[in-house]
This record gives sequence, C-alpha cells and structure tokens, in this order.
Amino acid sequence: MSSPTANTVNTANKATRAEYCVVACAEAWRHAGEVLASPMGTVPAIGARLAKLTFAPDLLLTDGEALLIGDVPALGARAQVVEGWLPYRQHLALVATGRRHVMMGASQIDRHGNQNISCIGDWARPTRQLLGVRGAPINTLNNPTSYWVPKHSRRVFVERVDMVCGVGYDRAAEVGPSATRFHNVTEVVSDLGVFDFATPDHTMRLRSLHPGVTAEQVVEATGFTLTVPDDVPYTREPTAEELRIVREVVDPEGARDREVPA
Amino acid sequence: MTADEVVARLRSGMTIGIGGWGSRRKPMALVRALLRSDVTDLTVVSYAGPDVGLLAAAGRIRTLVAPFATLDSIPLEPHFTAARQQGGLELVELDEAMFMWGLTAASQRLPFLPVRAGLGSDVLLVNPRLRTVVSPYEDGEEFVAAPALRLDAALVHLNRADTHGNAQYLGPDPYFDDLFCQAADAAYVSCEQLVDTADLLKDAAPQTLLVKRAFVTGVVQAPNGAHFTSCAPDHDRDETFQRAYALASRDPEAWQAFTDRYLSVDEEAYQAAVAAFHKERA
Repeated sequence: MSSPTANTVNTANKATRAEYCVVACAEAWRHAGEVLASPMGTVPAIGARLAKLTFAPDLLLTDGEALLIGDVPALGARAQVVEGWLPYRQHLALVATGRRHVMMGASQIDRHGNQNISCIGDWARPTRQLLGVRGAPINTLNNPTSYWVPKHSRRVFVERVDMVCGVGYDRAAEVGPSATRFHNVTEVVSDLGVFDFATPDHTMRLRSLHPGVTAEQVVEATGFTLTVPDDVPYTREPTAEELRIVREVVDPEGARDREVPA
Repeated sequence: MTADEVVARLRSGMTIGIGGWGSRRKPMALVRALLRSDVTDLTVVSYAGPDVGLLAAAGRIRTLVAPFATLDSIPLEPHFTAARQQGGLELVELDEAMFMWGLTAASQRLPFLPVRAGLGSDVLLVNPRLRTVVSPYEDGEEFVAAPALRLDAALVHLNRADTHGNAQYLGPDPYFDDLFCQAADAAYVSCEQLVDTADLLKDAAPQTLLVKRAFVTGVVQAPNGAHFTSCAPDHDRDETFQRAYALASRDPEAWQAFTDRYLSVDEEAYQAAVAAFHKERA
C-alpha cells in the first residue's frame, strides 16, 4: 500500500484530533433522514448535534432521558424546546421501527463488527464485569448501528469478542433472514480513523485516516487483520463554519478534548 | 402499610421484580427494609441499579434477571460487578427489549412474546433455556420467544398514591412500573406522598395515573423513599451520596462502616443519617 496523499490543512484554524472525530461521527448521520440519532459518548453527542445543525436538520434528538428536544443546546445545557416524548418503553419500541441510527461504544469489537459491552473474560465468571448487554442485541438487528471507540487499541479491536452483544455480519448471516433483514453496521469511528465493512465478506476495512495518523499506526493498534486499501484518504476537513459550531455552540467547554486528548 | 409490613409478606426463594431504571426512581426504602429482614435466596428481576447492588452486597440474590446494572452517572454498579467477578450470583442476562416483552407477556398471561432481539447474539448462548419460534404466516421468519417474567412480588416507587393503590408518576418517564405490578402476584407501591383520591388530578393530567389499584396489594408512604436514586420532580439523584456509596463499596472496612451507619438502622434513622452526612460536608 502507499501512503495517503497530502491533505489540505487549514493552517489558520487547524482542527484538533477530537474535532476530526466529531466530524467523522457527524457524517454517520448525513443520510439518516428523519430518524432518532442516538449517540452514546461525548464525541458522538457533539457529532449528532453538529449534523443536525448543518447537513442533517431532520434528525430527532433526546435530552438523554425521556424528551425529544426541539432545539440544539450546548452539551450539558438544558433544552428550551421540547418537541416530543420518548420514555424508555417507547424508545425500545422505536428501535424496532428502524427509525433510528445509534452510535454505541464498544469495549471490544472484532473484524466482523461483533461488539461487546457486557464483560471481559469468561462470561460465567468474568475477570471484569462491565455494563451488561443493554440494548445492543435489539439495536443491531433493527436499526443502522455505528460504533465509537475513543482510544483505538488491541484491547478493543480484538480477534474475538468475549461476549457478542451487538451482532456483527458473520453472526447475522449464520442466523439468516430474520437477523440480516434490517442489520446494518455502517461504520466504526475511532481516534485514529474511520472503518467500514465494504469488503466482499463484510470484514472491517480502513475507510479513512484522521490527519496525522498513518496506516501503519492503525494496523499496529488493531488486533486482527484489517483490510487496508492501496489509497486511503484522510478524514475530511471540518469547514470553518463546522469548527465554529463545535467550538462556540455545541461544546464551548471543550468536553471533546477530555475524550480525545490532543 | 409500613415497609416492614411489606417485607413480612415476602419469603426467601421468591422472584421479586423491582421497578425504576438504573439509578432512577428505585423503591429504595422497600429495599432497605428487605435488607433488615432475613429474606434471602431471591430471584431479582430489574433494570438494575443500586437496588441490585445493595441486595447483592448483602448476599440476598441467588439469580439476577437483568439487561444491565448501572448507577447512570457512574457507569458500573460496583457491588454487581464485584458479585459477578467473585461468582456471587447467577445471571440471566437479557436484552433490554427482551426484558420489556418478557414483562409484557407476564402481565398478559402469555408464555412468551416474539422479538427479533437476541438472534445472533451470545444472549442465546449464555441462556440455553431460551427458545426461538417460527412465524406461522407466509414470511416464515424466526424470532426469539422472550419468556414471560412472572413475579411473586413487585416493588415500585412512585410520586403519589392513594391508600387504595392508585399510583401516579410526575416525572418524565413511567419506566415499567405498571408492567412490574401487572406481572406480579402481589405488588407493593411506596410513594413520596399519600394523597386523597380526589387530589390525584388536582395539578396533573390523567395519563400520570400509571398504576391501578386492582394490581396493588399494599401502599407505603415513604418520603425520599427513592433516595439516593432520582425521583423527579420530588428529588434529584443524590450524587454526593451515590459517590460515597460507590467509594465505600471498594473497601470491605469502608463498606462495613457504610452498612453500620445507613443499613443497620430503620428508615427514619437512615434519613437522619443522610441529613447528617450532608451537614458534615457543608
């Protein structure tokens, strides 16, 4: 493979790594349409709000609890407008309608897109108990799903996950049409780059590198064989307006830098 | 009723559903009363938070049926994680939606309801008793048969109730408290405030009346009874106290001190100890 070609750098207003991540997350919702954006994690939450304020205005957002908000407040600020009600019972039912695109975290993820947030080690007696499966099984079988990994490492990008919570392409295919019908893991965004499953066997591929990252770095930090195309682009530059929105409107406190340090 | 009278009706070995979600509107006064009793060997069904943490720390849970355990503002429930890592409880780990449809099936006297959730995931692997079902219609699709989560007893906490068991939530989310009551042979409601039936709708809309008296066996007035979990709009989560709880759970000596101060005493003394805790920090 060859090295990525030089990208355009806005030297006057250079984006940080966290801001490339925000834009990469926002892009997950570009063509989502009039659906609920469910971001989990700080950078995805900023990304979803950026998408709604720019190229995906039809997105629905929640206040993190039971309300659909009609404005786009800064992270941690209270919404001034409520446009709907989405208690947990409706949220779980909404997932089954497919009118939602979720971006979940992953304690482990494999090359087929199987994700684990439940526990590390043997399930019967884990070395490290985590959250539990939560809604990952229903999410992945019903609505488009992306993943966000703030620190790309071999501990997260593993050959085999210890407990399949979010269902990947191989496991869905094994079950058949009931599992594959609405299954769509669209991308994985990490602090190093963006990954998708656009390969003949739906295994993970490097889609773009965040500026400042090399493909070698990514391969080194990944615990399985990753498809790396000959010519990998860089993650796109944020526009000046996007940077202004991120820095002044959505995340003036700089929470993104705590999740992805410069 | 009093919380202790509710607990007097519970038996070791029972399957008990606990309402709320994570660290939100948990019937903590009833859980604390349970901790003062000898009732043990329980199967607990819960969208789990510190309710499960406290019961697990006291060794009262044989089997936990849950999709997660969390303190919300603190992602992991420390006693739950410790119990799992020490092999201290059996877990029936279900997806959040499977859990909801299991409660719904139980409340409607059905053995199961079909869900897409679970297919392809290890939820089926770690729960070998789960079965799938094939649609009898032309689609022929296969689904997970989410089994009914029938309960011997349910414990829930709401904002208001009358003495007959009509109970009202005033916060943004009903969670699944009505389903827990309908899925149970006996349901016990604690509330922030007991009111006359005629006053239930004085300042609220009819859809706030979540739980119907036909499904309630007993009502307990327990002001601040969800503490330290949230009970909007009556009280927020007590984040300072929750942090102290999580911190104490890390060290056996600190946990013993926490138990002595807060859990070995009755509810009135508990609330007084919490007030003193905040005064010490002021």
